[in-house]
Amino acid sequence: MTETVVHEAHDASVNYLNADYGVRSWLFTKDHKRIGLLYLASITVFFALGGLAALMIRLDLLTPAGDLVRDDTYNKLFTMHGVVMIFLFLIPSIPAVIGNFVLPLMIGARDLAFPRLNLASWYIFNIGALFAAWALLAGGIDTGWTFYTPYSTMSSNSNVLSGAFGAFITGFASILTGVNFIATIHRMRAPGLTWNRLPLFVWAMYATSIIFILGTPVIAITLLLMMIERAFHIGLFDPALGGDPILFQHLFWFYSHPAVYIMILPSMGVISEIITCFSRNRIFGYSFIAASSIAIALIGFLVWGHHMFVSGQSANASLIFSLLSFFVAIPSAIKVFNWTATLYRGSVRLQAPMVYALGFIGLFTIGGLTGLFLSTLATDVHLHDTYFVVAHFHYIMVGGALMGYLGAIHFWWPKMTGRLYNETLAKIAAIIVFVGFNLTFFPQFVLGFLGMPRRYHVYPDEFQVLNVFSTAGASILGIGYLLPVLYLIWSMRYGPKAEANHWGAVGLEWQTSSPPPTENFDHTPVVTSEPYDYREPVEVKKVA
Amino acid sequence: MHDAASGVVPYHAHQFDDAEQQYQTSTLGMWLFLGQEVLFFGAVFATYFYYFFLYPDAFEAASNHLSLTLGAFNTVVLIGSSLTMVFAVHAAQHGTKRAQMAWLVATMILGIVFLCVKAYEYTHKFHEGLVPGELFTYHGPDAPQHQLFLCLYFAMTGLHALHMIIGIGILAALVLLANRDWFNAGYYSPVEMTGLYWHFVDLVWIFLFPLLYLIGRH
Repeated sequence: MTETVVHEAHDASVNYLNADYGVRSWLFTKDHKRIGLLYLASITVFFALGGLAALMIRLDLLTPAGDLVRDDTYNKLFTMHGVVMIFLFLIPSIPAVIGNFVLPLMIGARDLAFPRLNLASWYIFNIGALFAAWALLAGGIDTGWTFYTPYSTMSSNSNVLSGAFGAFITGFASILTGVNFIATIHRMRAPGLTWNRLPLFVWAMYATSIIFILGTPVIAITLLLMMIERAFHIGLFDPALGGDPILFQHLFWFYSHPAVYIMILPSMGVISEIITCFSRNRIFGYSFIAASSIAIALIGFLVWGHHMFVSGQSANASLIFSLLSFFVAIPSAIKVFNWTATLYRGSVRLQAPMVYALGFIGLFTIGGLTGLFLSTLATDVHLHDTYFVVAHFHYIMVGGALMGYLGAIHFWWPKMTGRLYNETLAKIAAIIVFVGFNLTFFPQFVLGFLGMPRRYHVYPDEFQVLNVFSTAGASILGIGYLLPVLYLIWSMRYGPKAEANHWGAVGLEWQTSSPPPTENFDHTPVVTSEPYDYREPVEVKKVA
Repeated sequence: MHDAASGVVPYHAHQFDDAEQQYQTSTLGMWLFLGQEVLFFGAVFATYFYYFFLYPDAFEAASNHLSLTLGAFNTVVLIGSSLTMVFAVHAAQHGTKRAQMAWLVATMILGIVFLCVKAYEYTHKFHEGLVPGELFTYHGPDAPQHQLFLCLYFAMTGLHALHMIIGIGILAALVLLANRDWFNAGYYSPVEMTGLYWHFVDLVWIFLFPLLYLIGRH
């Protein structure tokens, strides 16, 4: 009604951060940017909790006898690490923090389609997360994050019910985010922003949201059935009572394998943004990268059985799942080749986000290629449940998803806070993370290949050297994660003010001021060109 | 708030350019939500089918624990409620407030009748010792499989009933809002979206009824 008036009256010094003060203005906000920051605060806490569990695990594995904690405590530690890092950190990380913040900006919208649902998702996430965290801290859970039956339902004496209930609740936050993103991408794009002009990060968010919507309800029901079995001792999955534990694994992995792509696809989207911006090159193979995101999301639903090659599923099923798993390598490789081709003859600037992005490409490639070892039936039988698997998925989850998340935080930090962090420190931190990560997890490939099983806290003496390397790497990695927390918080208060377009990037989110006003743009932008049009040098200018 | 000259409708949310975009977006959002509902129920249907193919004879026999009469009655009630819901949406689209409220209330009443019959069925199972868990007293042939069937019966109809309860709550809110002249011929999407949800929940029952009540009758 008075929108035009509001726009004309907009004062450049008023932005979404200082438009309103007080706790209430944050807890009841419907602004996607503020909700993104609320999510950032929540998941940073849970990342610290999951990291603490990882630290205890690595310290315990320093000696073959496992001197730090007892067996059952060790089981509870790796369960806490898994549950917290997957459900409470990685799944919401890029979508709920970065996606929430930049997706409407990238498509020139004033907000997400359903701002109230967006705020509701943050509350639902926190309620579920507190439930799970309470279960993990007060008594703990010893089943591993997979909650495999019948152990989880008939034998375990730990807080399985409340932990699973927490994971169940957080799922609804994911679903709401997914619905919100897809509706927003379909209906709220600025004039001229056609599907083949969409930033690749938006395509990645679209693909991720498909998995949120199609996968998450299945894990909800699976956990619900598991909780019913545990609470009432009914043989839904217990073979002694007529159930089938393999069915639980099928239902569990039907979500939990695609969940891997929930974690990695957003990072891939981030990498496409960073690589183009810091090589000053248009993206190579735009439509292939966009389509490969969708392909990964869809093929990802057909490969869950590769987690169950030794579980007793039929040999024919294993054969087909093995074949289908190889198909995921195709769209993944398309992305890696296109990113490298984008770098070719670009003017590469090695700034902090770019260091993370280049690190991502290398680590993701190792993680992806070792995935092929595991989707090959014969080698998987040897490598199953060893540290090789642990190393493989950490190369994807930490080397891939987390590097992408940190790259994204560094890339959009000037936009989010309007402040600049210390570039030198940031580069050093990125290199520390890269070195620490490889030192932690590369030895685990070797350990696994030599036959060290996962989830054990004592091991033969001959594995000690590699375990010491791994623990040393983890300490370096820990420093690499602590540094950004410190200098980013410091920058919020003392950092120099950021220009509207700090990196000279071409995305719509850089066309508005830093930090953006509450309504994002003074005037709805009109898109007239292809994305990543870096052929002409972009002026770094301050948009008032 | 209503400013006819500028074409702005009341309750126009700030993030949308116009009422048309707002309507299209909420419709898409609702369909996406129903898409996740399909998978939500799909997982428990998949569990049902898996065990049905594993134990077809026991499931057919266990199906006879359920009352065909009550199930059939409830099916008719629910289909009737879908019809009244259609009339409510139609009335909302034409801006006829009294008819809209009447049809919404009728839909609520039919939903409550369904839930009452369901509650009666549940109580009956309780008295017969057919509630899975500690209270299960059936000791005929294939007792564990019968218990599995009844467990799935309670899980599936329970989830369905939960959706009905939420639906009735939303209908009650719509009645209150309609009473305050919230809706008109230019703005009725909450009623229409609730209609979509209500029809979906009915549709789930259309699958539940044969799978739970009819498989044992030849």
